[in-house]
Amino acid sequence: MKKINNTSEFNDLKRKIEESKSNQKTTITISSGTCGLARGSNHIIKAFQEELKKQRIEDKVELKITGCHGFCEVEPNIVIFPDEIFYQKLEPKDVKEIISETILGHKIIDRLLYTDPQSNQKFIYKKEIPFYKKQKRLLLENNLFVDPTEIEDFLAVEGYTALNKVLTELSPEQVIEIIKKSGLRGRGGAGFPTGRKWEITRKAKIKEKYIICNADEGDPGAYMDRSLLEGNPHSVIEGMIIGAYAIGASKGYIYVRDEYPLAVENVTRAIQQAKEYGFLGENILGSNFDFDIEIYKGAGAFVCGEETALIGSIEGKRGVPRQRPPYPAQKGLFGKPTNINNVETWANVPLIINKGPEWYSKIGTNGSKGTKIFSLVGKINNTGLVEVPMGMTLREIIYEIGGGILGGKEFKAVQTGGPSGGCIPKELLDLPIDFESLTEAGSIMGSGGMIVMDENTCMVDVAKYFLNFLREESCGKCLSCREGTQRMWEIVRDISEGKGKEGDIELLEELAEAVKDASMCGLGQTAANPVLSTLRYFRDEYEAHIKEKKCPAGVCKDLIQYFILEDKCTGCLACIKVCPQEAISGELKKLHIIDQNKCIKCGACVEACRFDAIIIK
Amino acid sequence: MDISTNKVNSILEKYGIQKKALISILQEIQAEYNYLPQEALIRVSEALNIPLIDIFGVATFYKAFSLKPRGRHTITVCLGTACHVRGGPKIVEEFERNLGIKVGETTKDNEFSLETVNCLGCCAIGPVVVVDGEYHAKTTIGKVKTILKKYQKRKGE
Repeated sequence: MKKINNTSEFNDLKRKIEESKSNQKTTITISSGTCGLARGSNHIIKAFQEELKKQRIEDKVELKITGCHGFCEVEPNIVIFPDEIFYQKLEPKDVKEIISETILGHKIIDRLLYTDPQSNQKFIYKKEIPFYKKQKRLLLENNLFVDPTEIEDFLAVEGYTALNKVLTELSPEQVIEIIKKSGLRGRGGAGFPTGRKWEITRKAKIKEKYIICNADEGDPGAYMDRSLLEGNPHSVIEGMIIGAYAIGASKGYIYVRDEYPLAVENVTRAIQQAKEYGFLGENILGSNFDFDIEIYKGAGAFVCGEETALIGSIEGKRGVPRQRPPYPAQKGLFGKPTNINNVETWANVPLIINKGPEWYSKIGTNGSKGTKIFSLVGKINNTGLVEVPMGMTLREIIYEIGGGILGGKEFKAVQTGGPSGGCIPKELLDLPIDFESLTEAGSIMGSGGMIVMDENTCMVDVAKYFLNFLREESCGKCLSCREGTQRMWEIVRDISEGKGKEGDIELLEELAEAVKDASMCGLGQTAANPVLSTLRYFRDEYEAHIKEKKCPAGVCKDLIQYFILEDKCTGCLACIKVCPQEAISGELKKLHIIDQNKCIKCGACVEACRFDAIIIK
Repeated sequence: MDISTNKVNSILEKYGIQKKALISILQEIQAEYNYLPQEALIRVSEALNIPLIDIFGVATFYKAFSLKPRGRHTITVCLGTACHVRGGPKIVEEFERNLGIKVGETTKDNEFSLETVNCLGCCAIGPVVVVDGEYHAKTTIGKVKTILKKYQKRKGE
């Protein structure tokens, strides 16, 4: 490909691409992000390639391997264009039939359709499926049309149009004004207004400046950044180039987690392609603006999501946060003014430029504009990535999009904001989700993880989980965080083991305040949230552990026992076969019994029993 | 294991022998040897003029680095929140029982190392187990033995 030197060459290329895509042929798009691959999408791809070749229709039917379609629960899935027929949970053996029946015969294969778990209704078209219907997929939808290895696919969906507009029509100050007017706030957690952040860095007196894309998506349970980087890396790159122009930076870094190998691969390739086409490098589109991006891999430290720690990590040091001010906007990477934004924030930028700040600011609530991507995971039917306008209620997200709780169980809480966030109980299901409302409820937006918990989730165990996470990830610089998270974990661990005593809850609350007040960075300042929010809404559960030595949800091992129900056990021997301790005795067709002295509560028997005959008390 | 000075040197040169590239250099060394051998760290310390103790500081700070040799296969069990609420800890225990080792250890025959990770970002299909880069979705206690069998040495191998 020849480098594009100016706007007219850019427009020519766009026209050429539009023409080549106008005679749209039947296209099969295969969702093939990390989740899809883990569920076998590569086998589906291979089967399609072979079958298309066998039927000699390779030139009539296009096979597009894309990033994640968002509906992770039903991977591997495909969408057949132009009608957008949605087939799910595919196996390689289904492929032959899809080609002969649907592609060639124009018939729908009933068993591959999605069935709504609540209404049992089947859906043929993607847009009708409740999971997709209520979403507003401004950022994620292009994952369906873009092969992340093909820059021209991105160009076909208005890619780099915003950049072209910015470089030819707008001054850096005007760009910042547009972003400010849009109301965009940082999607990484704190929700700082993006336009203002850019302005501060722009106004810094030192000439050499940097921008960073924070792709160190460390919150467990959140993976929207991975999906964007894997599925549509150019959208993030375009946002960064526009930001660099507005701020006056000549170099950008993408700091991406080591745990995301496919994202690293796709972004690395995308940067290379953007260079070849002239969107990165010197004199971009003939504008005299130079900008380049380097990718930097993290090495597995949660605290590096904190901006000053992240900067330290790029400099090759231990990722330990430092005192602010000076803020990175004044003194950041290598001592130079640095602007850091999250992946999703950068991806919003081209959209705002293309559609205008007025359009963008109409979406969402008063204080929180635009859409937000949430990862809806845990004990929920439709797990996946959902993008909704800010202000949608939890009930709509969990029941209408998410299809309700797994196995028809009772909803208990949803955890948002990762280890800095908290658990929101069912009394608050009608809470409209935005930055302010989540903070008021004792949690935070964070990067958008939503872990749904049911009646079988123990809130003391959840608090213990996060405290364990935080005590391991605390960098150790502040005593309050290093020792405080450790001590809080020990107290909650004791409670979960039945060793809790009167006064433990009060001590936890006191410690929580101290850790919050005395720690320097966000990790420590919010480390108490998982404890405080579970105490706020589920205090009785803590008390049951302490006073009655009981775990009402049946999770904490030291407080539970497994029993076999006489009226349900069929004597099938399945549990006996899987028990690693030989703790279960019984004969065929006779009641089985668990020896409590031998049982290690591993749960293998519950999993093996097909008659729900094993209960936890 | 033999540590080739040439190999370490060529990794250093690839990054222009720059201090700021320390983490990337360590990542490449680990990709080569599956852990960070002491000899390699000494060489890096000399070349970059960074005290060995600081390199040790970086190598122990980041979870991705291992100072101990790992087994032929690395099993990583995800313990992100979504995997946790779906039973991730039970999967770890089942691996520990089957392999006779604890998390962070390697089997005596050097075949398997067992590790956990805080989140792999495949939260929808948890509990997730990754063996040598290959993902296993919706793992159950019952599936653990099947996964192990896939990687266990076949007789005569």
